[in-house]
Amino acid sequence: MQALTSRARQVDRKPMTFIEKIYLWNILKGMVITFKHIWKRKETVRYPEQKRPFSPVFRGLHILNRDAEGRENCTACGLCAVACPAEAITMEAAERKPGEEHLYREEKYAARYEINMLRCIFCGFCEEACPKDAIYLTETFAPANYNREGFIYGKQDLLIPAPGEKKKA
Amino acid sequence: MAEEKKLFKVKIDNISVEVEPGTTILNAARRIGGDIVPPAMCYYSKLQGSGGKCRTCLVKVTKGSEADPRPMPKLVASCRTTVMDGMEVANITSPEVQEARKGVVEFLLLNHPLDCPVCDQAGECHLQDLSYEHGAETTRYEFKRRTFDRIDIGDKIQLHMTRCILCYRCVFTADQLTEKREHGVLGRGEVAEIGTYIHQSLDNNFIGNVIDVCPVGALTDKTFRFKNRVWFLKAVDAHRQCEDPKCCGKTVLWMRGDEVFRVTARKDKYGEVEDWICDTCRFDKKDVKDWVIEGPRNIDRHSVISQGHYVGVHKPKDTLVEVLDGRQPKLLLDIHTVSEVNRPDIDLSQIDGPAHSDDFNKK
Repeated sequence: MQALTSRARQVDRKPMTFIEKIYLWNILKGMVITFKHIWKRKETVRYPEQKRPFSPVFRGLHILNRDAEGRENCTACGLCAVACPAEAITMEAAERKPGEEHLYREEKYAARYEINMLRCIFCGFCEEACPKDAIYLTETFAPANYNREGFIYGKQDLLIPAPGEKKKA
Repeated sequence: MAEEKKLFKVKIDNISVEVEPGTTILNAARRIGGDIVPPAMCYYSKLQGSGGKCRTCLVKVTKGSEADPRPMPKLVASCRTTVMDGMEVANITSPEVQEARKGVVEFLLLNHPLDCPVCDQAGECHLQDLSYEHGAETTRYEFKRRTFDRIDIGDKIQLHMTRCILCYRCVFTADQLTEKREHGVLGRGEVAEIGTYIHQSLDNNFIGNVIDVCPVGALTDKTFRFKNRVWFLKAVDAHRQCEDPKCCGKTVLWMRGDEVFRVTARKDKYGEVEDWICDTCRFDKKDVKDWVIEGPRNIDRHSVISQGHYVGVHKPKDTLVEVLDGRQPKLLLDIHTVSEVNRPDIDLSQIDGPAHSDDFNKK
């Protein structure tokens, strides 16, 4: 049968000699490779203590932005949800009542806003679609979780803390 | 001797059509159809006397008629100009018209707030379509846009005067459909506005049609206000036996699941209603049981409303249950246990006006 590649070689099935049986030469050869790597630059980092810098265009966990006065930017226009190829974003809008002007920037706001991180593919289309600078993808990962329930991110998980508000632990 | 009606031969963008005398250029173009139909913001074929206000339908008449072949000196509003025999009209073939239309769009957008993310009309707004197709990316206007407070005209209609382009369609609708007109255009020129003079509610069984005729989001349905975006709703044709003899009862229901969020009249491809509906159908029948559903509404493929409408999709057979000897697959996560959106116990469509924070917080 014709070989498929030129690198195919017949396997040597001869019984090993005594020198080969004590493996000393092969161990030495292996140790040389091992010690050579001590002096080489390491490719890995000690992850939880050390972290690699993210690229500035990295698309990670979403946040919902506030304006300079701490009011929510999102007006629930639905453009992120319509742009989302994974259909991960859902929302429900409400009208701002008098007295809520310090909370929401415009007369309409997202009363509920949810991203299903199990569905999200982190493409960043929502960020591109947003006309209000409300949604951003940050340079962090969505943390791992044991349960599916933990991946439904509501507004309390996504909104950045308002100025003066204590950051959530 | 049967008198044969003489038909006028018109050429619009080098396409010939024969129309009756007295037809406007716009309607002649609509007889041909397709891309050559000039856009219209104020003209409404069902309303007498409409047209001539917005100037988006400007066309160039390159040959006046057979008898007088001189071109018309200026661009003319095609909704108001009747055809002559042998007339030749240039619409999309004339760069002058395209340029003029760009200017008209810029004028229409001068005072428009461009609050499309908030506006309920977004997605089915004629001004949005027009500015996408014909408008420039930026405005050269440097002054403050005029602003108004929003006004409740009755408890079902919301007027956002900032968005109004003064097309007069709603005024004609009220004039011709209802017994008594209660609103009109106040002021002239820069200060013109739609109003009821003294804050009066428009109370008439057909006044809801002003919502449908409004080409922008100036007049919107308050029962639908902020409930959902039109492109997340599924439009279905439906009808019911309406008690009002003037109402045709043929509507479009905008649904999500089994909830009816909004009821509108059926609109044709030019965005004009096929027949008027009464306010009882429009505002009070928000239950599927009130309606006989005919089937999904055919929506233009290029419209954002058609997003997520998977037409003609064949759902493959799920063989899992067969393989598992009739056992249903184990549900790993019922979304309603975690999700706060679309809670089964809150029917947004049943709330009268827009939802507020307390509607969501109630247990």
